[in-house]
Amino acid sequence: MGVLALQGAYAAHRAMLETLHVETRWVREPSDLNGVVGLIIPGGESTTIGKLLVREGLDVAIREAVHDGLPVFGTCAGMILMASRIVGSEQPRLGVLDVTVARNAFGRQVDSFEANIDIRRYGATPIRGVFIRAPYVVDVGPGVQVLARYNERVVAVQQNRLLAAAFHPELTTDNRMHRAFLDVCLGAQRDRNGSTDG
Amino acid sequence: MGNIDTVKSTWRNKVGLAEMLKGGVIMDVVTVEHATIAEEAGACAVMALERVPADIRATGGVARMSDPRLIKEIMAAVSIPVMAKARIGHFAEAQLLESLGVDFIDESEVLTPADEEYHINKHAFSVPFVCGCRNLGEALRRIGEGAAMIRTKGEAGTGNVVEAVRHMRAVMGGMRRLQAMPEEELMTAAKEMGAPYDLVCEIHRTGRLPVPNFSAGGIATPADASLMRQLGAEAIFVGSGIFKSANPAARAKAIVTANTYYDKPEVVAEVSEGLGDAMFSIDVRKLDEEDRMASRGW
Repeated sequence: MGVLALQGAYAAHRAMLETLHVETRWVREPSDLNGVVGLIIPGGESTTIGKLLVREGLDVAIREAVHDGLPVFGTCAGMILMASRIVGSEQPRLGVLDVTVARNAFGRQVDSFEANIDIRRYGATPIRGVFIRAPYVVDVGPGVQVLARYNERVVAVQQNRLLAAAFHPELTTDNRMHRAFLDVCLGAQRDRNGSTDG
Repeated sequence: MGNIDTVKSTWRNKVGLAEMLKGGVIMDVVTVEHATIAEEAGACAVMALERVPADIRATGGVARMSDPRLIKEIMAAVSIPVMAKARIGHFAEAQLLESLGVDFIDESEVLTPADEEYHINKHAFSVPFVCGCRNLGEALRRIGEGAAMIRTKGEAGTGNVVEAVRHMRAVMGGMRRLQAMPEEELMTAAKEMGAPYDLVCEIHRTGRLPVPNFSAGGIATPADASLMRQLGAEAIFVGSGIFKSANPAARAKAIVTANTYYDKPEVVAEVSEGLGDAMFSIDVRKLDEEDRMASRGW
């Protein structure tokens, strides 16, 4: 599994994946994408990560890989970077997920919070959502499924192989969302192998 | 937020923000213009100040919290987190900064201490705190008081990385020693370090601090950033190093890139080219004891 390691909470994602016995590779330049089954984009500062993405041409490489079927899971800043539209901002992004997001939409750090988030397909027990200067999704395109809301606000979405959350499952011990992403990656790999065999 | 299960400003929220700043560069800024340059260069946060440490040194006198108006202007100008400094032990300054809505408070030895005996009880705040340290015992005392991030003190405003190196090596070496100790020696170690026993036991078990471990105090070049990251810092603060240099925008961007690719010397070399003069610097050995900021706090 590739973990984008330009800036942010990439180590927390690696620690989470280790509990699932998944090998990780830091992705910091285009060649690091070769052979990864999926890519996680961590939380951090989306403006910082966006600038560094452009510097090495990683933005183009990731966009191409997504076009070729690479699954991507973004949390917080990761979700912002995946979004096609960011309210009031022209900052660099991947623009692969057909949603509009608003940054720091719940307020500054003193407004950061934890809350239970229901995601039915992951089971009856809610996920503990850790929201840190978090964004939310303002609107979604036709191919995007809403996975979860908090106070009416969309905070988790999926569009085929792209998964995004406004909160930080990697800062908890609940690995259900990472497991769900792993399933997406394994499915993508099966499809790829199937098509070469056929 | 009407939901009954919603809890604001948890410990996870506080340490979580520090976690989000990892792998980044936090830059000291004294004007809105600086803040914009820093954000444009890829800073993951800015520290809003009236004077950078080099100027505090030059001016002398009592250095206090910055003007709230300046902090508010900088908060309005950038979308990245804004930090601000309170004097050691000055919990009223900290309360005031919290009310302004700053994202992180640095209880900082760069300002003149307000209390020479007690640091701020940081658990009492909803805003997270970062504190400086010179060794592991000091780091664990600050974490015990509620700091959600630790940084080396280094020697701010000197452009000389030697003290940051000393402090980072002391923290990392201290952790390696605790890890190697048999359990019966941990209480004595806690007593000698003046550190909370439960945190000493935690380091023995995990080999790492329970909060992110950053570096500050004298970082002036891309190579300095690379050095501190290789010694174990998870992110860096650059104070006077950027805006006291010949070409702040280029240097800021170079340090951001060097910090991300700290283990790739060819990238650090590339971004180090043609940056012009680094900041005016000071040989720390020639500083009088009372001019050393690192010895403020305990």
